[in-house]
Amino acid sequence: MAKTKVLERKPLSFAEKTFLPQIVSGLKTTFGTMLSKGVTLQYPEERPVIPDNYRGVPTLVRDPNGREKCVSCQLCEFVCPPKAIRIIPGEIDADAEPDRAHVEKAPKEFDINMLRCIYCGLCQEVCPEEAIFLQDIFSLSGYSREEMINDKEKLYELGGTLPDKHFKWDKKKAAEQAGNAHH
Amino acid sequence: MKIESIVENITINIDGQDVDVPKGINIIEAVKMAGKGKEVPHYCYHPKLSIAGNCRMCMVEMGMPMRDRTTGEAILEEDGSPKIGWMPKPTIGCATNASPGMHIRTHSDMVKESRNGVTEFLLINHPLDCPICDQAGECRLQEFSAEHGRGYSRFIEDKNVKPKRTRLGPRVTLDDERCILCSRCVRFSKEIANDDVLGFVDRGTYSTLTCYPGKELAHNYSLNTVDICPVGALTSTDFRFKMRVWFLKRTHSICTESSIGANTEIWSREGKIYRITPRRNDEVNDTWMTDSGRDLFKPIESEDRLTHYTIEGVHTTCDEAAASVVKLIQAGDVALVGSAHSSVEEQFFYKQIADRSGAKVSLVSHQGEGDGLLLSEDRSPNLRGALVTGLITDLPEASLETLACEINSGAVKTIFAVNEDLTELGISKEALAKVNVIYVGTHANATSEVASVVLPSLSVFEKDGTFINQSFRLQRFKAAVPGPRGIEPDYTVLEKIAAPLSQEKPASLTIDLVWERMAPKISQFDDSFRWRSLPDDGVALNASAFLDLDFVETKNLKYDPAAFKEAHAAPVEA
Repeated sequence: MAKTKVLERKPLSFAEKTFLPQIVSGLKTTFGTMLSKGVTLQYPEERPVIPDNYRGVPTLVRDPNGREKCVSCQLCEFVCPPKAIRIIPGEIDADAEPDRAHVEKAPKEFDINMLRCIYCGLCQEVCPEEAIFLQDIFSLSGYSREEMINDKEKLYELGGTLPDKHFKWDKKKAAEQAGNAHH
Repeated sequence: MKIESIVENITINIDGQDVDVPKGINIIEAVKMAGKGKEVPHYCYHPKLSIAGNCRMCMVEMGMPMRDRTTGEAILEEDGSPKIGWMPKPTIGCATNASPGMHIRTHSDMVKESRNGVTEFLLINHPLDCPICDQAGECRLQEFSAEHGRGYSRFIEDKNVKPKRTRLGPRVTLDDERCILCSRCVRFSKEIANDDVLGFVDRGTYSTLTCYPGKELAHNYSLNTVDICPVGALTSTDFRFKMRVWFLKRTHSICTESSIGANTEIWSREGKIYRITPRRNDEVNDTWMTDSGRDLFKPIESEDRLTHYTIEGVHTTCDEAAASVVKLIQAGDVALVGSAHSSVEEQFFYKQIADRSGAKVSLVSHQGEGDGLLLSEDRSPNLRGALVTGLITDLPEASLETLACEINSGAVKTIFAVNEDLTELGISKEALAKVNVIYVGTHANATSEVASVVLPSLSVFEKDGTFINQSFRLQRFKAAVPGPRGIEPDYTVLEKIAAPLSQEKPASLTIDLVWERMAPKISQFDDSFRWRSLPDDGVALNASAFLDLDFVETKNLKYDPAAFKEAHAAPVEA
């Protein structure tokens, strides 16, 4: 067994025995801070500024024309380390949305379980359509487990619209119409 | 078997290594045989189809030992080894047959460069559809592009536009932009399915796969074209957009559609089956299967699935249901209506129950029209199993007339029916009301409704077992998905019935323990047979005891009744 070594404590000087210098230096800090500018925020009325590359709650975004970007390729579901994402893919109904029929595929259901999500951002990184983004929402709460599962509707509500530089599917549609077809 | 003994092996040199391969084999197969995961990338070549040689992906460098033109003597290097004359340009591996002394380079700079070139050309007009393409994950083009593609495109012109979402037939959807014109589907339809419906129209980069006017890809093998399509051009209308393949678990199984016993793979995720595809077995189904066989998983989720053990319609436990079955059987006058859909293990137990109770066993045959390929006349997967286990000794009838007479005369008081709806087999509901019915099956029907005891059983996708196919090949299938909650495997339930009949205590069984019991008792099985150690492609059993029976199967893809009889009647050569 290890032997305990008792260290001799240095005896206090006279000034230290009175405690006065310590009290004075403590009060100096107190009064000093009282007069300087505050560093705390009155949360939740006041909110901090979130940096651009912050990884908040994952959300689905629409393109500037308000169309769904996700094509349910399920790469995010595959890459998600805690298996928080669950997608049921579906086909776009060509009769209901003729202008989007060429995209063919869209999620029927898209759930992200925020009790599982670890905010790693791999889903955003892997997305080939730039449809999922971890934006600036950092405080998420709910009364039940079910409430903490974000469904497709909620994800689009949280995500909103982000600028799109590519309009990949519009280009595809234009090519289809202008075409390089033989006939 | 005979062909193998005739074929002689020759030695060729692949990437500096001597390899023994059968004479006449092509370079793609030879490289595959050389092992070490070596592969010549290819799209149009398929081992079961004719060679087209149009994708140009399987380029290899080839050389032969040089010979002096005048004397015919081999020219040697300074160190005495034969001098190799390399062809100045690469050659396609699929249409190059191995010949003695041939030298092959599969990874030289020239080979790599030609593959890169082919890949770049194929990608020129290929759409960037991978996120919405169902083939992603099992796409040869995707795989080889990762290896041989350049990662960016030098093509600045507009890509070709071709028809997308074309309906080729009731089960196949075509995306022409993705097609790389390998012509596998065209050759399959023509050579295997004997229904020449597909072809290319237009020329050059405008070449388009399409059906001949007025025809559609409707034959019962159309989904095989989807399987062999190396890209996502041909897609299954049913499986389209359902699930990405990388999530799916593959389980080896056997098709129950007919006595062919096609080897299959079940693709499932989290207890749900998404699709069934054929698994290669050169003795049974090559790499094909019927479209109708791929739909057989759908009923397992249906509403009328039996999910509870019941006695007189009241839910009960498995043990109580089994005890009540034992009581009914011990009362005597039992008739057992077995099933050729049961696995060999189950039939072994039914045989035991029949022996111990003195029950009279009848079986019902299910027949349909055969197509001469992979759909045989006998529409039950395991009739041979019933013969081998001794459950029946003669071929079954299509109906149960004799049993109906015995019910009316009062000779039968209890019917133990397995997976058969007796009301459709010549026994009226009134007749059934006179007897006690014990029903074992997966789905509810008119018989299960009147049954005193219902023992729900597992479907072929939910249990482990074996079937014996038309050519007496013992083939194993594995459980792909769990069955309904609380349902035990049939063999454990049957043990709870069979053991008390001979005053034994039911043992708790696993499939391996069942085989330990069963293998020594069945003469066609080797004592060492165990379920777990059966080879994946099955075991051919000795069929000599059953050659006199007049089976309904006619000649199909891998089975010729006359030739089979001849081969098995002949004394085994030493």
